[in-house]
Amino acid sequence: MLELRHVYTRYGKVECLKGITVTVQKGEMVALLGANGAGKTTALKAISGLIHPVAGEILFHGKPISSLRPEEVVRLGISHVPEGRKIFHRLSVLENLELGAFLRRDRSGIQKDLEEIFQIFPILKKRLKQKGGTLSGGEQQMLAIGRGLMAGPSLLLLDEPSLGLAPILVTTIFKMIEAVKAKGKTILLVEQNARMALKTADRAYVMETGQMVLEGSAEQVRKNPAVQEAYLGGSG
Amino acid sequence: MSLFIQQLLNGLTIGMVYALIALGYTMVYGVIQLINFAHGDVFMVGAYLALTLIWAFAAVVTGAPFWVVLTALLLFGMAGCAVLGALIERVAYKPLRASPRLAALITSIGVSFFLQNAVMLIYGSKDQSVPEIIPHVRFEFHGVSFSLTQCVIFLTSIALMVFLTWFIQKTKLGKAMRACAENFEAANLMGISADRIIRVTFVMGSALAAVAGGLFGVYYGSINFHDGYLAGLKAFTAAVFGGIGSIPGAMVGGVLLGVLEGLGAAYLSSEWKDVFAFVILIAILLFKPSGILGENLPEKV
Ligand SMILES: Nc1ncnc2c1ncn2[C@@H]1O[C@H](COP(=O)(O)OP(=O)(O)OP(=O)(O)O)[C@@H](O)[C@H]1O
Ligand SMILES: [Mg+2]
Repeated sequence: MLELRHVYTRYGKVECLKGITVTVQKGEMVALLGANGAGKTTALKAISGLIHPVAGEILFHGKPISSLRPEEVVRLGISHVPEGRKIFHRLSVLENLELGAFLRRDRSGIQKDLEEIFQIFPILKKRLKQKGGTLSGGEQQMLAIGRGLMAGPSLLLLDEPSLGLAPILVTTIFKMIEAVKAKGKTILLVEQNARMALKTADRAYVMETGQMVLEGSAEQVRKNPAVQEAYLGGSG
Repeated sequence: MSLFIQQLLNGLTIGMVYALIALGYTMVYGVIQLINFAHGDVFMVGAYLALTLIWAFAAVVTGAPFWVVLTALLLFGMAGCAVLGALIERVAYKPLRASPRLAALITSIGVSFFLQNAVMLIYGSKDQSVPEIIPHVRFEFHGVSFSLTQCVIFLTSIALMVFLTWFIQKTKLGKAMRACAENFEAANLMGISADRIIRVTFVMGSALAAVAGGLFGVYYGSINFHDGYLAGLKAFTAAVFGGIGSIPGAMVGGVLLGVLEGLGAAYLSSEWKDVFAFVILIAILLFKPSGILGENLPEKV
C-alpha cells in the first residue's frame, strides 16, 4: 500500500533521512522506532507532503506521491496525526473534528465516521462544545486521532501518540489505536515507547540517525539484543 | 448633553469606518503575522474606485435612486480591491513567506508608496471632491442631528460585521481560517491549503477596506491619495487597541477609537484630534500590548 524507496531529505544543508526504505501492507500496523532525532517525524512529514524528498520515491498504491502537496495527499487517503497533537486550541472539539473532514463532501459518510469516532473515543462526544485547549492531554490526543480519522483515510500516520501521557493513559490510547486498526485502517506508528509499540504492531522498523538499522516482525525486533539494550531497558 | 451625544454619534460613525479597515489589519496579522502597511492604501484605492463609479454613473444615467448608486459603488470598490488585495499578496508577500517577517513588513511599506503614487499619477495630487449622492436628509432630536449618510454608514458597517462574524464562526472556510491562524502545519494536514486561505484573507480584508473607502469619501465629500496613510494608521491603532489578531477586537477597537476621538475633539481640542489615536497606541503598547480583547497566548512554536 505504502512504499518508501531510498528516501533522502534535507533541512537546509543537513541531510536528515539518508535513504530509508519502508513498506506498509494494507491492514497492517507498522511501528517506526528510534531515538530522539533519528528522523521518524521527518519520514512522516515526507509521506504527508509537508516536506519533499530530495531523492528516492514514495509510492502509495503504486503511484508516486513525493511531489504532492499535503492537501493532495490527504485526498488520496493518507491522514497524518502530528507529533504533539497540534489540535486547534481555540476551536471547539466539534470544529476540530469538522476540519478533519475539510476536503470531504459526503455528508452521510462524514456523519458515519463521526459516530464511529465517538464509539472509539466516547469522551469526545461529551466535550463537543468545549474549546480544544481546555482538554486534558489524553483527551487532546484522542481528539487529534479522531480529527485525523475524520478525513476518512485508509492509511493513518501516528506520530508519538503516547508522548507526555501518564502510563495508565498510554495503555488506554494503545487500546484505542487497536480499535482503530480493527475498523480496517492501516497504521504507520512512530513511537518512543518501544515496549507498547512492539506489543501492538505487526511489524517494526528501527531508525538511527536517518538510516534504517533493523526491520522485521514485531516479535523479531523485540527479541533483538540491540533493541533490548537500547529501547527496552535490557529487561525484555 | 446634546454636544456629548452629537459627538458620540459622529465618533461612532467614523469609528465604524476605522473598524472596517482595522478588520483587514487584524485578519492578515492573525493568519500570517504581517502588519500590512499597504492596507490603508487599499482603503484609499477603494475610495477612488467608488468616486470613479460615481463619475461613470453621472455620465451614463441620470436620476438613479441613491441606493442603487451607493450599492453599485460599494460593490465596484469591493470587487476592485479584492482583486488588488489578491494581487498584492501574490506579487509582494507570497515570495517572502519563508523570509524573516521584517522583509515583508518593509515590502508592505513599498507597496504603500507604490499605490499612493499610482493613484496620484492617475487622479492627480489635488483633493478630489466626491459628489453628494446621498440626499441631504437630517434627523433632528433635541439639538442632536444625525444624517442619512451616517445612517447608511452605520447600517452597512454593522451588516458587514455581522456577516463577517457569521462567516468566520460558522462556515467551513471561516473555521479553516481560524485553524490556519493557530497552526498552519496542522491545518495543512487537514487538507487546508495555506495559499488559498491567505488569499481569501487578503481578498476579504481588502473588500472591507474598499467599503470603508467608499463610505469615507461619501461622508467627507473629498478624498486625497494620501488619505490612506492617516486612516490606515488609525485603523491599525484600533486593531492594536482591540487586540491585534482578534476580529471582535478590531470592531470594538475601531468604534472606541472613533468615539474617543470625537469626544476628545469636542472637549479637549479639535486640533489635537489626530494625536489621540497615537497617544492611545503608545499607551496600549506600553500597558497592555495584547489589547482589550486580545488573548495573552504564548508565541507560536
Ligand atoms: N525544521 C527543521 N529544520 C532543521 N532541522 C530539523 C528540522 N526538523 C527536524 N530537524 C532535524 O532533523 C533530525 C530528525 O528530526 P525528527 O524530528 O525527524 O526526529 P524524530 O525521530 O522525530 O525525533 P523525536 O523522537 O525527538 O521526535 C533532527 O536532528 C532534527 O534536529
Ligand atoms: Mg518526532
